[in-house]
Amino acid sequence: MDKLMLLGDEAIAQAGMDAGISGIYAYPGTPSTEIMEYVQKSVSSPAHEIFCQWSANEKTAMEAALGMSYAGKRTMVCMKHVGLNVAADPFMNSAVTGVNGGFLIVVADDPSMHSSQNEQDSRFYGKFAMIPVLEPSNQQESYDMVFHGFELSEKFRLPVMIRITTRLSHSRAAVKGKETLDKKTLGLPADPMQFILLPGIARKRYSNLLSYQPEIEKESEHSGYNQFFQGNDNSIGFIACGLAYNYLMEIVHAKKLDHPVLKISQYPLPRLLIRKIKDQCDSLLILEEGYPLVEEFLKGFPGSDKKITGRLDGSLPREGELNPDHVAKALGFSVMEGPSVPGVVKNRPPSLCKGCGHIDMYNALIEAIETYGPGRVFSDIGCYTLGALPPFSAINSCVDMGASITMAKGAADAGLHPSVCVIGDSTFTHSGMTGLLDAVNDQSPITVIIGDNSTTGMTGGQASSATGRIEDICRGIGVLPEHIRLIIPLKKNHAENVAVMKEEFAYRGVSVIIARRECIQVANRRRKEVRTIKS
Amino acid sequence: MKTDIIIAGVGGQGILSIAACIGLAAINSNLQLKQSEVHGMSQRGGAVVSNLRLSDREIYSDLIPRGGADLILSVEPMEALRYLPWLTEGGWVVTNTTPVKNINNYPGSAEIITEIKSLKNNIIIDADEIAREIGSPRSSNMVVLGAATPFIDIDYKIFESGIAGIFERKGNDTVEINLQAMRAGREFSIKNN
Ligand SMILES: Cc1ncc(C[n+]2csc(CCOP(=O)(O)OP(=O)(O)O)c2C)c(N)n1
Repeated sequence: MDKLMLLGDEAIAQAGMDAGISGIYAYPGTPSTEIMEYVQKSVSSPAHEIFCQWSANEKTAMEAALGMSYAGKRTMVCMKHVGLNVAADPFMNSAVTGVNGGFLIVVADDPSMHSSQNEQDSRFYGKFAMIPVLEPSNQQESYDMVFHGFELSEKFRLPVMIRITTRLSHSRAAVKGKETLDKKTLGLPADPMQFILLPGIARKRYSNLLSYQPEIEKESEHSGYNQFFQGNDNSIGFIACGLAYNYLMEIVHAKKLDHPVLKISQYPLPRLLIRKIKDQCDSLLILEEGYPLVEEFLKGFPGSDKKITGRLDGSLPREGELNPDHVAKALGFSVMEGPSVPGVVKNRPPSLCKGCGHIDMYNALIEAIETYGPGRVFSDIGCYTLGALPPFSAINSCVDMGASITMAKGAADAGLHPSVCVIGDSTFTHSGMTGLLDAVNDQSPITVIIGDNSTTGMTGGQASSATGRIEDICRGIGVLPEHIRLIIPLKKNHAENVAVMKEEFAYRGVSVIIARRECIQVANRRRKEVRTIKS
Repeated sequence: MKTDIIIAGVGGQGILSIAACIGLAAINSNLQLKQSEVHGMSQRGGAVVSNLRLSDREIYSDLIPRGGADLILSVEPMEALRYLPWLTEGGWVVTNTTPVKNINNYPGSAEIITEIKSLKNNIIIDADEIAREIGSPRSSNMVVLGAATPFIDIDYKIFESGIAGIFERKGNDTVEINLQAMRAGREFSIKNN
């Protein structure tokens, strides 16, 4: 088979298709988005017949995937690290129910928070749920591990996690494909009670999960992805997890080092392999792209007399992603830097696009709320979060998707008036609607501004779940029709838009203002497509 | 052979298409390749960078170590300076001169050009002007790519056949104009280094 130049994300997607998935479920989120997008681009012929539509959020995606597995078919669900928080309930319980068709959970972490609110390490979730976790170190492993993951999942009837990080998700290299597997046919679980987590059954299922632990650990001991490489100099040994292995190899080859190395790419941790390198070496340096999971585990080892270094003792930075320079410094090599960055170079943070409707929405909001004073606008995550930066400085919070509405409600319940929030259309359907229901039920006086650009803008313009139906949803939830207002965020409508906002801020009940204008990026792309079709 | 290249620009300027052209030429030369890209928030007008590593041996890290880049190729002048700590001794900086001024405190163009000129190996090219001259204002990225080709250890003919392949679908005229843009950039570099 030909080699393809694939991003880590794309390698996983290609492998999923080659390994016979019948469906893939996901909600967009950097750095995981390209997995679903690649399948959507590839599935052009009906022969593929792979279900590949975006879900409303990560929880619905996880549950739908579990349903497909229940029906006997192979499936993948993909999300960014914080998406797993949203899907944590079905995630944890899917380990207890176990699966029927092969079930892969692909989670892309974002150390250094390039496009995220935190840098949580999903390997802890894998350990928490007690399922196998695979952590590829390069694009080829990303591909191969999908096949390996399905094998493990079908052998133990457990969900299996693949954990990648930004640099692998978004880096391209040659990948060689495998022979494709056929899709599975429809087939119900052998045990009709398997998925019924009533306490009596759940206890049995949980015992079952526990009973598998020694076996899945044995899988890690013998996995071809966990490799011990001998070295002649035992003064120090290296344990490198996933991507960190590459940074280590970069330095090992540049400096011609000859120490034992344990590469870890499959969990639960292979304790025998770890014991081997620990017994053999005088000290250990632990390299992990994420939190110090292995390092903490080792430091807690009984009789831990040896020197163990890594992120916890300052040999490596405690936060952020690793790079070859960190590894070189941890080993005592000086880094030959080029010239320093001259003072004329200024930061260039992301900003709203020229012609974005959010700009006019914020300009109206800033004027309408001025008389009330600062500190009253809650928001969350989307392109509109850039309203936190100058020249707008218009929002006061960004915690998690959907939190704009619920935090505004809590503040209103505490007596803040007006209590306003700004949320995007995709974020509203992801997890804003339930919060709006709370506000309606409790008659909490808030004004919800929905910046409706009819797309999931921040992640590159994926379809948004409720395009064209936002008013209906708000009405259905119980917002009074006269307090559902539509504005068009354009400069020429500024005065009118300010007036609408002022009216609703003065109202002591639940109101929704929909600021609707198509995302400029999506509009441009559509115009371009029309041009190419014509030419 | 090993060439480590940093490609810099501003989100929306299309640096990934330049990376793709070099990548294709590398593959057609039977080289190994790793290409790290920026996706996500920074693509909204922020600083973006791609690390492109070409080698005839196995490449480990997706990221170029500091002091390791043989070439910084930038489609925007201020961005050409942001990654200097990654430049190796004797490495080249090739940059377009057209600024993207989407921040309030954007420095004066003269200051930036002075800084770039103070580097030992630099090519400063008005790629937009050259692209206009050849009648294809949208091909400025191809001009910058052309200006960088003398510093990449790949036969120029392989670049040309790669470009022809990439634009084939859009017709002969498009292929020709892009080849012309790349050649104009290359000639500028050869004349000015
Ligand atoms: C739980 C979770 N899932 C996904 C993301 C990634 N993400 C950030 S903003 C966003 C979508 C925003 O779309 P929308 O609400 O329509 O606002 P827009 O960007 O279009 O203004 C997504 C998917 C996230 N931060 N958290």
